[in-house]
Amino acid sequence: MTVITDALCPFCGCLCDDLTIVVENNKITDIKNACKLGSAKIMGHHRIEAPMMRADKKSEFKEVSYDEAINEAASILFKSKRPLMYGWASAVCEVHKKGILLAEEVGAIIDNTATVCHAPSTLAVHEKGLPTATLGQVKNRSDVVVFWGSNPVHAHPRHMGRYSVFAKGFFQEKGRKGRKVIVVDVRKTETASMADEFVQVQQGSDYLVISALRAILSGHADVVPESVGGVTKEQLSKLVDTLKAAKFGAVFFGMGLTQSISRYKNIDNAISLITELNAYTKYVITPMRGHYNVTGFGQVCSWETGFATAVDFARGAPYYNPGETAANDVLMRKETDAAMIIAGDAGAHFPADSVRHLARIPVVQIDPYWNPTTEVSNVVIPVAICGVEVEGTAYRMDGVSMRMRKMIEPTLPTDVEILEKITQRVRELRGE
Amino acid sequence: MTLNAILITGRTINQGATIENKTSLDYQEATALCELNSKDIGILGIKPGSQISVKTDHGDVVVKLKENNGNPDGMAFIPMGPWANAVVDPDTKGCGMPGFKGIKARLEPTDKKILSMKDLIARYK
Repeated sequence: MTVITDALCPFCGCLCDDLTIVVENNKITDIKNACKLGSAKIMGHHRIEAPMMRADKKSEFKEVSYDEAINEAASILFKSKRPLMYGWASAVCEVHKKGILLAEEVGAIIDNTATVCHAPSTLAVHEKGLPTATLGQVKNRSDVVVFWGSNPVHAHPRHMGRYSVFAKGFFQEKGRKGRKVIVVDVRKTETASMADEFVQVQQGSDYLVISALRAILSGHADVVPESVGGVTKEQLSKLVDTLKAAKFGAVFFGMGLTQSISRYKNIDNAISLITELNAYTKYVITPMRGHYNVTGFGQVCSWETGFATAVDFARGAPYYNPGETAANDVLMRKETDAAMIIAGDAGAHFPADSVRHLARIPVVQIDPYWNPTTEVSNVVIPVAICGVEVEGTAYRMDGVSMRMRKMIEPTLPTDVEILEKITQRVRELRGE
Repeated sequence: MTLNAILITGRTINQGATIENKTSLDYQEATALCELNSKDIGILGIKPGSQISVKTDHGDVVVKLKENNGNPDGMAFIPMGPWANAVVDPDTKGCGMPGFKGIKARLEPTDKKILSMKDLIARYK
């Protein structure tokens, strides 16, 4: 029996680093400290056991060798005029590096799961920058915590305990009692039920509410109507007073802002509010990133290509323009003629029209698990699970990088091995 | 019997706990559902656990009705996943992000069965 302490959790952007894992005969038999999400992933589920292929997507898969699947995957990418390589968030940074190299060599568009999550936040950061801090700073200093359009009770279960609401810190010895917690949402979520102040906005009205807060903060309450986006002027004024009274305020935001009608403009406006609050006191803002290493892809892609995601290599040099080059843009326009989906599940998390197009084009899937993407794939290559069976670097939601250790030995090849072989085969097909 | 609602999608703990196990019935139970408050359920005249048809300009899907009194009147919530994505707005509005929240939807009781993940995706082939 082996006991691994301070193991990292490969589920959400909290990247909790205090797990205890018990291993017996290369099997994980017990986990301590993980939440329901982390436990479910680490304890494992039914896996794809062998590579599979089929020409017709309505027919059954046939098991093939890894070499056959890799050759076919390379052939699909080599023949494609407009390949899309999507996913990446459930893999370590070493995988991203290999993927970006392959994307460059085949002239692909490479995009990650942020495209249906926090990519609009990246667009807003281009406009306004990001006044932010590590979660350690939030834990040690924050006395006002705001969750806007995010529901950590469900999506980041240990965030409040480890970093924000309940965590006791160096300058915040009282934990929950020392903090005001504000939740802004369209629904009274479980997170909202735990807040000191719940601000219920009408769906799609976040931009208006943020603008009203900025107006009141800058001394122009006179231009704010009695009700904005379903929130009374009285509550908005009270909220501004609470925000200003903080010694260290931390705002966390989620899909309630990125996926609602104004998309990245919501975040742009929220960052402006934070910047203006910094004229009075210290404020930071942080996106609640979903996958454990979606932040890592943005980091690797930025240092390799200059852009965080949705990078188009068709011109031979990186080009980036979400709205034109993001995964759903090219699928919806039926522009993509082949796709590789790796460490992400477009079949489950893209709108029907995008999945419909994936069902029409050759698709290669590299993933440990059978999921909706498998259903629209031609070539399926199962791999080891990063963060459980494969070590590597991941980035927490606040941009802190951490090294994930192996918990058990893999029984299948790693993403890096598969990508290296596909790249090698593509070079052979090109006659290099 | 018919309810016009605004649909939003998003994460839930059970959706997340089954996300790497999408061929399972647990995943279907966690994500093929639509949450409404009890007042809206009363308008539909059916009980939680019944099948409900969700139609938008972008598609239709049958899911299970669930009560959630945290929802304001006229708001429907479906956990993110293939059932929700059968009806969301694919328009990326020039910034790459489809419309996963704020979709006009028409909800009606139905006797049609809830498609399994495989059968749901088979509709796209």
